[in-house]
Amino acid sequence: MSGILLLEQSLNGLQFGLMLFLLAAGLTLVFGIMDMINLAHGSLYMLGAYLMATLAQATGSFLVALPLAIVATGILGVLLEMSLLRKLYQRDHLAQVLATFALILIANEVVRMIWGAQPMMLATPAVLSGPVDLLPGLSYPSYRLLVIGVGLAVAALLYWLVTRTRTGMLVRAGASNREMATAMGVNIKRLFTIVFGIGAMLCALAGALLGPLLAVQVGMGEEILILAFVVIVIGGIGSIRGALVGALLVGMVDTIGRAFLPALFREFLPPQYAAGLGPGLASILIYLLMALVLFWKPQGLFPARG
Amino acid sequence: MNQRSLAIAGIVALALLPPALQALDQVFYIGFAARILIYAMAASSLNLILGNGGMLSFGHAAFIGAGAYTVGILAAEGVGSAWVAWPLAIVCAAAAALVIGAISLRTRGVYFIMITLAFAQMVYYILVSMKAYGGDDGLNLGSRSAVGFGLDLKDEFTWYYTCLALLAVVLYLLNRMTAARFGRALEAIRENETRMEAIGFATYRHKLVAFVIAGAIAGLAGALLANQSSFVSPKLMHWTQSGTLMVMVIIGGVGHRYGGLVGALVLLGLEELIAEFTLYSQLGVGMVLLGIVLFAPQGIAGLFQRSATRPLP
Repeated sequence: MSGILLLEQSLNGLQFGLMLFLLAAGLTLVFGIMDMINLAHGSLYMLGAYLMATLAQATGSFLVALPLAIVATGILGVLLEMSLLRKLYQRDHLAQVLATFALILIANEVVRMIWGAQPMMLATPAVLSGPVDLLPGLSYPSYRLLVIGVGLAVAALLYWLVTRTRTGMLVRAGASNREMATAMGVNIKRLFTIVFGIGAMLCALAGALLGPLLAVQVGMGEEILILAFVVIVIGGIGSIRGALVGALLVGMVDTIGRAFLPALFREFLPPQYAAGLGPGLASILIYLLMALVLFWKPQGLFPARG
Repeated sequence: MNQRSLAIAGIVALALLPPALQALDQVFYIGFAARILIYAMAASSLNLILGNGGMLSFGHAAFIGAGAYTVGILAAEGVGSAWVAWPLAIVCAAAAALVIGAISLRTRGVYFIMITLAFAQMVYYILVSMKAYGGDDGLNLGSRSAVGFGLDLKDEFTWYYTCLALLAVVLYLLNRMTAARFGRALEAIRENETRMEAIGFATYRHKLVAFVIAGAIAGLAGALLANQSSFVSPKLMHWTQSGTLMVMVIIGGVGHRYGGLVGALVLLGLEELIAEFTLYSQLGVGMVLLGIVLFAPQGIAGLFQRSATRPLP
């Protein structure tokens, strides 16, 4: 029984980790190549989820709405990069924090103006609404399986793009040494617009897939943004491989911790302490993990700069 | 001399504000003005480490929360005296800053930003999980702290002048500190840490002391904030609160003597002003912040001064 539960929670952790990876991949490249702190990354995730919910209602089809929402968010991201963020690369981190914090305020308020303050519902596609039996005694929601499948496929695609293609090579060159890459004739400006666009599309994909599992609401970006930052700091800023490992680590540790720590504490501690301590420790576990990683490996697990 | 007359003029103007508001029949705004003074104190403390020390701490709200929850928990346990609760709030926040600073200051640059953020998140979630003290819902204080001497902090005038007096003391101390050897050394470490280390300064200890002082002041601001609304909640420590404080310092003027005060005044004033006209006030605030980034890189206080920080001797 406990083994089944562990397997189920591991699948949940894998699913959460893969979605975090979609967010962290774009963030780590933006951070790594341009040394730019983009707090508004979570806002793109929120916009992607809202666009998806609206398009799914309008078209009545999850499958039609998904690519439309992704492309629309990608275009928004490219426009944002070309109109505003481009001006911030040469500025210090403080200016970037201020500007992208302002973008969060603007994005939240615009969403509230267009869609209202109430959370939006995004239904799972009808075909995938039921559970499937993976093992005797383990039935798992088929929608979550789809999310895991898509997450794995996109992670593989991204890995191939970054490690096996010419664009990916230029991205890696930019992340490990921007000045040198520029001197070698890489058009960093255009490269970065492409990276930002792809990052925005990945945000939208994560937002659209998580939409039916979490609530689509204003402020959803702020919570997950911090987790994405934790992921890229653990993995090493600018490293795709680091983002993948960090995301899976954070997803697993967070999910397993929340599922089992409270029960574990009840075994060893009197109930009045266990009731508060278990959930409390479970929710700070990933931050402890990050502090420990930074303490032992200040550059993260897979430093991008050699 | 010029600076001193400016400071005196500022204090006189702030002291005359409540009677003026009363004359205009706008007593409601006295409480709002007190809130600005408290945030000015918190932002000024962040400005010490961020502006003068060059330490981009993204977790300053943790110390505000430590101070606020010290007052809140003591009140829940029946201790309502300001003479006990407020100093304890300062001590608790300073202790938190000592632990967090000692670990965080080993990292540099972006990693420092992220590790301070991580610690603030830890404090946030620990307090969310403390069900005995309200957890997610927060904690009602019942009333403001008692000070004795026939003073009642529930009176809005008394409360405002208490906040003003404490802010004046804090700003005076901060100004003395930044003008003294300690402050100069801190700025020099910001400019070139390796060189300061080479000429024999204990740079790590210098930065840590500044970090703890900033945490202590933020703790006092937290204690006041808890009293202001007679309510504490983990929301005080949400990372967007740390972001808001950072924004105040940046728009006020990083490293500028009154950057925190100007920033708190402008940001909170702007929010209130725009809320008069529209339901969607944050949109306007965001637009103004973007404008400041693009057109006033030195912050607002910096607009009136050629250089945001004085040159080193």
